Amino acid sequence: MAHFTKATSMHDWLNQRLGVDTLNRVLATEYWIPKNINFLWAMGMILAITFGILLVSGIFLLMYYQPNVNLAFDSVNYTIMQEVGYGWLWRHVHGVAASVVFLIIYIHMFTGIYYGSYKKGREMIWISGMLLFVAFSAEAFSGYMLPWGQMSYWAGMVITNLFSGGSLHADGLVEWIRGDYVPAQAYLNRFFMLHVLLIPVAIMGLIGLHFGALRIPHVNNQDGEEIDFDVESKKYLAGDTKNSKVIRFMNDFLAKDMMVVGIYLVFFFYLVFFHYDFAMDPVNFDPADGLKTPTHIYPEWYFLWSYEILRPFSTNVGLIAFAFAQVIFVMLPFLDRSPNTVPASRRGLFKYWFWAMLIDMIVLTAMGKVPPIEPFGTIGFYAALTFIGLWIALPFITKFEKKV
Amino acid sequence: MKNSSRRGFMGKAFGAVAGVGAVASLFAMKRSWDPLPSVKAAGFTTLDMSAYKENELVVEKWRGKPIFVLKQSKEMLDSEGKNMSKLTGKTTSEMDKKRLLKIGDAHYLVCVGLCTHLGCIPGYRPDKKNFLCACHGGMYDDTGMVTKSPPPRGLDIPPFKIDGMKLVLGESSPEYEKMLADGVTLKV
Amino acid sequence: MKELFILAIVTTFTLVTYYLVEPFAHSHMHKHHESEHFAYKDLPALTKKGDVARGKDLVMGAGACTGCHGIKVAGLSAPMDAVSSAAAYGVNPPDLSNVGVVFDPKFLASVINNPAHALMLEHKYNAKSGKTFPMPQFYGAGGDKSQEVADMVAYLQSIAVPEEKLTPNMAFETACGRCHAIHYEYNLNGKMHPAWTQIGETPKFKHTQDKLAFEMNVANYNDSLIKYLGKLPPDLSMYIRSRGEHFISTFVENPQQYLKGTAMPRVGVTAEAAEKVITHLQDVGDSKRHKRESVGKNVMIYIIIFAIFAILWKKQVWKELH
Repeated sequence: MAHFTKATSMHDWLNQRLGVDTLNRVLATEYWIPKNINFLWAMGMILAITFGILLVSGIFLLMYYQPNVNLAFDSVNYTIMQEVGYGWLWRHVHGVAASVVFLIIYIHMFTGIYYGSYKKGREMIWISGMLLFVAFSAEAFSGYMLPWGQMSYWAGMVITNLFSGGSLHADGLVEWIRGDYVPAQAYLNRFFMLHVLLIPVAIMGLIGLHFGALRIPHVNNQDGEEIDFDVESKKYLAGDTKNSKVIRFMNDFLAKDMMVVGIYLVFFFYLVFFHYDFAMDPVNFDPADGLKTPTHIYPEWYFLWSYEILRPFSTNVGLIAFAFAQVIFVMLPFLDRSPNTVPASRRGLFKYWFWAMLIDMIVLTAMGKVPPIEPFGTIGFYAALTFIGLWIALPFITKFEKKV
Repeated sequence: MKNSSRRGFMGKAFGAVAGVGAVASLFAMKRSWDPLPSVKAAGFTTLDMSAYKENELVVEKWRGKPIFVLKQSKEMLDSEGKNMSKLTGKTTSEMDKKRLLKIGDAHYLVCVGLCTHLGCIPGYRPDKKNFLCACHGGMYDDTGMVTKSPPPRGLDIPPFKIDGMKLVLGESSPEYEKMLADGVTLKV
Repeated sequence: MKELFILAIVTTFTLVTYYLVEPFAHSHMHKHHESEHFAYKDLPALTKKGDVARGKDLVMGAGACTGCHGIKVAGLSAPMDAVSSAAAYGVNPPDLSNVGVVFDPKFLASVINNPAHALMLEHKYNAKSGKTFPMPQFYGAGGDKSQEVADMVAYLQSIAVPEEKLTPNMAFETACGRCHAIHYEYNLNGKMHPAWTQIGETPKFKHTQDKLAFEMNVANYNDSLIKYLGKLPPDLSMYIRSRGEHFISTFVENPQQYLKGTAMPRVGVTAEAAEKVITHLQDVGDSKRHKRESVGKNVMIYIIIFAIFAILWKKQVWKELH
């Protein structure tokens, strides 16, 4: 048993029992971050804060939400939006944050791709990040079911139908997922459970893994430079903060993070109060009706690119292409055969690959939303082929990349 | 040495026992996600086809959707043949077999009563022997074939199985599979 | 500078994506219809000045309006209750008390002259279909027909409440309330109003029997509506959020331009009454809109201050690092 002495202060009392000084040192003041970074390195903090916003607003929504097919719509649109004090605020904050969180995830992802932050020991950071993407997607989809509007119902119908596997006709699986032949009470209840318990718990676990995976390889920097953290941190602690290549997580990195967060929140709250339709689709303010299909069925904007990869092909090919799109990003660290960990701008053909992929995904996103009329059908078809082609080309163009 | 290998064996054996428990509980979890018996039972609707009267539309319910049942009269069958053969050049008997169900000696239209345009419920007009959707004016004849747009296709036919004079909705049969293969209906 | 350049790139791609999935995609999904400001240009203008007293005689005359319509302000109730009326005509004919202020005078005159045309239902009621609109055309009472119509309109305008006294819920009830329900209670000037059904406000019930009887009446009435219109017209509780102000006002102005062949008639409201109907829908479906705007302004001010302090803190901390 450890030896305890009479505490001299509250701090000392806690320190003897929890080791708060050590914790503070390891997690904050001597958690070293490279200095050579830009505001894109703050996306992780923005995501953490947005997740916190989702969690808090979600808690308050949970107190009046009714997971019942007859009551759900009115419990959201009448009780929460009009009766509960500031209920409308939680709903708007929750809806807008759920949409904006994906914008930040995509920026975070493409930052990682651009700076090669998935290589040389950082593979697990990338993989845990992609698992988080999958978990957030599931969380967003299950949450979208809960207001039980027309888009909830029909998105649920269409997405769960994907599991029939086209010609495999695995209707049993679809019915198993739904707990009914159509989305109904059993379906709403289980997606409610997934949304408020199972997936959030998984997300929190994955966030822990994601942070843990950063510990050993450290955060990447703007030039992909390999930094000797021991030497540089000693330089910092000796007082040569100006020449050291590293900074403390707290306050140095945090101060910059909070600056970016502050600017982000201005943008975020503007959307919450004055520009929310993009995140709260008007069609979903019509109650779910299994006897009436909306004129246009489309997923939320962040799923559009993968939806568009499904759409232009025949059922079976579309499903295979869709499955390909879902898993291929996870494979990035292994498909990139180049030894270089530097920004894409210094990586030969990969530079063009990066911008082509980004633009192609935006084209897919746009084509996934417009009705499937010409020329959009054709554009979508070629954009989907380009997506697949780019991934097939990746190992080859990176294999022959010159060492920088 | 002997001791440690025994410990190793017991460790593995314990792992196996724990695994059995885990698999068993997974099974229970899988079962908990299954559709309830009450839901399953509501997924099949058995209709007694001898009870219907000619040219009188009856609306049944199957899996939360309205189902139209319309027994065809001799006159209806004849006129269909004429209309159809004008359109397609095919003979009466060929066309009748396509969308109608022959049960006993009679022919029936059995279809999902939702307009294929936007899902409104069309009304049947016994005097004119056709369906009119009041929402956007789509029309179907008495076999559920679309005769006036906007609906993109005829009324969908649910999976069925003929069992004597009984019709089971929700269960497929070779007759239904043939309809799917011939493109008479989409899968519901 | 480099950071600003990166920010510009990120912002550009974000805005392009936003433009493509929102304004661009929606312009391809829905046709945009400009409002005609409730001018009803296709209807002939009233040329004659109406005489209220003669109008009253015509409206109240034997076999005239009051054969089917009630006029509560004149102490006349309708000959039949709402449920039986709907069973007879398909929908309950409106009480005429406030039609003079809710509906455009040109439109009122056209309804009297040729209802199917004024209501834009000629696709349903024409020589070919052999169906006639439940309300008969006015063929004149023996004198100058256009003068008679002007007189009736003048009378209807004279008995209606003045425009400034027409409340949003009155406008809604007269213009929309016989076909559309609103099952949300709403707060009007601090007082809660009960939910609206097609046959009126839902009363408070003491006995289960009364409640069931009322619900039975609503169900019977709605059955008649379904027979008449093809389906039950939607509940409008959340329409202000699901359709928005622009859609509702242009749809009401001319339903056929959005939904060709729809059973929804042109309603013929004045621009002022349309605005009141919209206000009512906002009171019902978006009652916290004023609060949202005022709280929004304050939060924006606060969050800008928050951002300024964050920037200042960063500057101070990083002075030591550069």
